[in-house]
Amino acid sequence: MNRGTLATAAGYLGTRLGQALIALWGVTTAVFFALRLSGDPAQLLAPQGATQADIARLRRQLGLDVSVWHQYLNFLDGLLHGDLGYSYVQHEPALSLISQRIPYTVDLALAALVLSVVFGVGAGMLMALNRGRWPERVLMPVVLVGQAMPAFWTGILLVLLFSVTFRILPSTGYGGATSLILPAVTLASLSAATIARITRGAVLEQLGRDYVRTARSKGAGTGRLVVRHLARNVSVPILTVVALEVANLLGGSVVTELIFAWPGLGQLTVQSVDGRDFPLVQAIVILAALVYIVVNLVTDIAYAFLDPRISTLGKAAGT
Amino acid sequence: MSGATTTAAGAGTAPAAPVPAAEPRVRSGRRRGLIPAAVVALYVLVALCAPLISPFDPDHADLVARLSGPFASAHGHFHLLGTDALGRDVLSRAFYGSRVSIAVAAATVVVSGAFGVFVGVLAGWYRGWVGVVVMRVADIALSVPFFLLAILVVAVLGPSLVNVVICLALVRWPRYTRIAYASVLETRERGFVRGAVAVGAPGRWIVTRHVLPEVLPLAVVVATLELGLMVVFEASLSFIGLGVQPPTASWGSMLSDGQSYVATAWWLVTFPGLALFGLVLAVNLLGDAVRDRLDPKRSVPKRPFRRRGPGRPGRAPGWLRPGASGTAPSPGGPPGPAAPTHPSQEA
Repeated sequence: MNRGTLATAAGYLGTRLGQALIALWGVTTAVFFALRLSGDPAQLLAPQGATQADIARLRRQLGLDVSVWHQYLNFLDGLLHGDLGYSYVQHEPALSLISQRIPYTVDLALAALVLSVVFGVGAGMLMALNRGRWPERVLMPVVLVGQAMPAFWTGILLVLLFSVTFRILPSTGYGGATSLILPAVTLASLSAATIARITRGAVLEQLGRDYVRTARSKGAGTGRLVVRHLARNVSVPILTVVALEVANLLGGSVVTELIFAWPGLGQLTVQSVDGRDFPLVQAIVILAALVYIVVNLVTDIAYAFLDPRISTLGKAAGT
Repeated sequence: MSGATTTAAGAGTAPAAPVPAAEPRVRSGRRRGLIPAAVVALYVLVALCAPLISPFDPDHADLVARLSGPFASAHGHFHLLGTDALGRDVLSRAFYGSRVSIAVAAATVVVSGAFGVFVGVLAGWYRGWVGVVVMRVADIALSVPFFLLAILVVAVLGPSLVNVVICLALVRWPRYTRIAYASVLETRERGFVRGAVAVGAPGRWIVTRHVLPEVLPLAVVVATLELGLMVVFEASLSFIGLGVQPPTASWGSMLSDGQSYVATAWWLVTFPGLALFGLVLAVNLLGDAVRDRLDPKRSVPKRPFRRRGPGRPGRAPGWLRPGASGTAPSPGGPPGPAAPTHPSQEA
């Protein structure tokens, strides 16, 4: 039986991996053609007063003089060889430009993720278990405020408070741990509030179920109730929202990075789209999609382990 | 397109169903939603009446009066909330900014929610290749970071109000789809759905009577979270210069302009931010109240032993009643989505 389960799990994993690859291909293709619709980079890159001939030559240099389908095949060919192309603007391999920026964005996103999961799940649990008592009365307004604060406003206000008024934290740029605090808090505030709300909702929903009443009537205390009975049942919605927040953190860091002049991927993204730097945009999209798909895959696998009733394992393998 | 109408019809029946179950909390829920509703209504009113109540033309630059603080009077013009770097009245611009925020957020939530729930329920109910295709497309849409997709869409289509809505809806529908899908997957394994399947209920009936009532509260909660978020996202897009284009006023672009003067002109980042914050907070609180009324399980912890005479399962649904035509889907069937579970609760 155990071997059968393992085989099913392996089959499931294989199916999902295949689907993930298809998703990755879908993203890449969609972005490739969307970019080609968005305008001619040669026009933008050409210096002031360039003649039509100059622009045509530039187009040839960039490999844009052939048909879109030809470009697409060239692109896929490069992709299969791990070549994401050269940046039109910075004349460096897109991959190396990106990898210079990755550590900064990862630092920021990780710090924000830890902050938001710890505070979000903690606050959500506390609120649900103390419905109507002081922990909820104190935390709920905080959560509501956190959720209503747009990241860029939070960021500006934090800068106003801690950098302009108190002068204790740097306002912009990257320089060690202290410079991470404001951007991470800015980025985490919305996610933490969202996670707290979802956690609270999920726990409250479960508290209405029969098994909770049964456990309570058997004398289970709150701690036991949470650990033994609730944790597993609320883990699915929490996992769902955390997985979505991971994508948000990685993607949504664009605004935060702009405010704090953080040298991460967000800035590079805006620059590359502004400059119609096709290879760079494609590389960033592929990378971001890859990260997201991996997170998603892990989440889906975790679902099946956490809640056997979501019998995706058998079903997915069967399809 | 028929999908949207199906979802809308489901949304219409859901609020009516759980209400009888929630007597003690309804009143407090209603009162709790009153103030946020009033605030949202006020914002909508301001948005509608912006041309009437704005003291100045929002785009009129008065360079002599530039960067004057709140309550400042410059050559006979009184600026309650001060002026920006071009001497434009902050209050008037904030009034006009509400139009953009409200229109974009509402349109986005309706479009993405209706579409997202519909395809999510389809995917969860039919599973198989429908489920795979829908969820893979959702994966693809989700796996592009929001701002990247936003920037791409705006770059391709050009920045405008409609394009911002398109772009946000394009990014946000998978949220509803994933929640709906997960909820349907869970619901379809539960006793009352299996029971309904076992007694031969038609799929559409099960979905509208048993599955949608489980999905919609979640979807509405998502939608309320989203409504506030969409206000924020529109502002974010305008903040990075991809939303509404200048000189049209938007809170996001006002904040972006004001950021350069953060150390000297605090009012430029404070008032548009407050306007934004107030609207989002009110929308979120209103959403909470709505959620309390929609969630059928909410009252259960308070009154776990709800009395309902044993052996009185309510009237049989249309498709079961002999002589009733199968096309009338819900002529007063069970009083709520929780009804089929009552026997087990009382056992």
